[in-house]
Amino acid sequence: MSSVWIIAKRELSGYFTTPIAYVFIVIFLFLNGVFTFYLGSFFERGQADLITFFGFHPWLYLALIPALTMRLWAEERKAGTIELLLTLPVSMFEAVLGKFLATWIFAAIALSLTFPMWLTVNYLGQPDNGVILASYFGSLLMAGAYIAIGSCISALTKNQVIAFVITVVICLIFLLSGFPLVLDFFSGWTPEILVRAISGLSFLTYFDDISKGIIELRDIVYFVSLIIFWLFANAVLIEVKKAD
Amino acid sequence: MAALVEINHLTKRFSFLTAVDDISFGVDKGEVLGFLGPNGAGKSTTMKMITGFLTPDAGKVQIGGVDIVDQAVAVKKRIGYLPEGAPLYPDMTPAAFLHFVGAVRGFSGEELRKRIRDTVDKVHLTSVLEQSIGTLSKGFKRRVGIAQAILHDPEVLILDEPTDGLDPNQKQEVRALIRNMATDKAIILSTHILEEVDAVCNRVIIVADGKIVADGTPSQLEAKSPHHNAVTLVVSDVDQRHVQQQLELLTGVASAQCVVQDNCVHCTVYPANGNPILAAVSGIARERAWNVEELHVQRGRLDDVFRTITTKE
Repeated sequence: MSSVWIIAKRELSGYFTTPIAYVFIVIFLFLNGVFTFYLGSFFERGQADLITFFGFHPWLYLALIPALTMRLWAEERKAGTIELLLTLPVSMFEAVLGKFLATWIFAAIALSLTFPMWLTVNYLGQPDNGVILASYFGSLLMAGAYIAIGSCISALTKNQVIAFVITVVICLIFLLSGFPLVLDFFSGWTPEILVRAISGLSFLTYFDDISKGIIELRDIVYFVSLIIFWLFANAVLIEVKKAD
Repeated sequence: MAALVEINHLTKRFSFLTAVDDISFGVDKGEVLGFLGPNGAGKSTTMKMITGFLTPDAGKVQIGGVDIVDQAVAVKKRIGYLPEGAPLYPDMTPAAFLHFVGAVRGFSGEELRKRIRDTVDKVHLTSVLEQSIGTLSKGFKRRVGIAQAILHDPEVLILDEPTDGLDPNQKQEVRALIRNMATDKAIILSTHILEEVDAVCNRVIIVADGKIVADGTPSQLEAKSPHHNAVTLVVSDVDQRHVQQQLELLTGVASAQCVVQDNCVHCTVYPANGNPILAAVSGIARERAWNVEELHVQRGRLDDVFRTITTKE
């Protein structure tokens, strides 16, 4: 188990030895501000909550998380270091988990740096801090699902740009499957149960609950099982494709 | 008694190509095995299977009796591996990289620091320890690669083209390093450079098209060369045709080739059946009172042997 942590630490420090970390964090915070205050009409709403702030997270992650995950395996494959990593005494499971955790921790750092947002609402009014905490937790959980998808796709290719684009598309499908855009398309002619199943796959369906401060077991189970599924696929893909 | 590294009927296929075709051999402590073969012969693929990176389609790799597929993590602890081209993380410094490898290999604290210090001394990396690996010269990068492979003092060392791309001085250094470690390790190294085999290996396996085509000590292989035990004779002030005639009449001599160069006759005398003929050649030279400028026995050239056995099929 300690190997997981050692791999995660190396990967995490990799973000900070290159400009990726700083660029990401600055853009993430900047866009969060823009979305919340301008697009989300934070002040005009006159409510001391962070619902608009969290509401934009699925879209923000869609654009930014693939930029974090695209290098995870693609870079190792391109540089050939995957051969080095996988001939060290670590199991595939430890390697996959280590890399995933590194990115997740990094996302947590970026997310925690949005704390001025929380300070702002507390200065302006009396928000329900329990709801805000729950929302942070849910947002991080959702980020984990994006990261697991991105990590898996990154194992498919040596090319980081391809990894980025495919990850965005797959995440978009997961997002939109709960949207009227997709659901209306199905609801006229498919059985209700199928529509429910499709909408049941969406990040938004689950994240909506969480961003209102309601954390249900099924939301957690949904995101956690999504993470486990994609990480498992990740390990299998590397095992199959490491030779080419 | 099985050898430390046992390879049994190893086979690996890539869609249309059988890269490694039923290869078996064993390597024991104290052996430095040179793995030779043309590009694409299956050297690297074999090494990737021995180190557990690739899973064989058939056959087994056992280190100390333990199968690498069954107990991958346990077996990988006993192996040090330098992959082809020495891939490294370019954004890390050698210090951070060696620290990472050491930590994954289960060392920590003072033990880890001591190992890094010793290894860095051994491969002369001290001066660049804090530069990022991406900015290092090829020679230094290769040394970082070797350092990570020997950091844990493994019983089995697999080096894929350890001196490729190094300058002659660096090659000598790496070879000396390998020779010094040879006594208590089983070492397998692949190379294109045949002089390297002479310099460090006490056993050679030549592969072609995924199969072993020769296995023996360097001198055994040299004995297969047509140049083995051939005699070089340089004489001056004598007619070339006369010398050639005389030499070919000797018993035990298969043929002689003589050319005139710088007023001297340069002859290469080939023995029949590879038997020594130096005595006969020097005898006739003395008898005819030739003016001998040079006389020596050739050992046989590995590159001749390499070329004949890897191209004939």
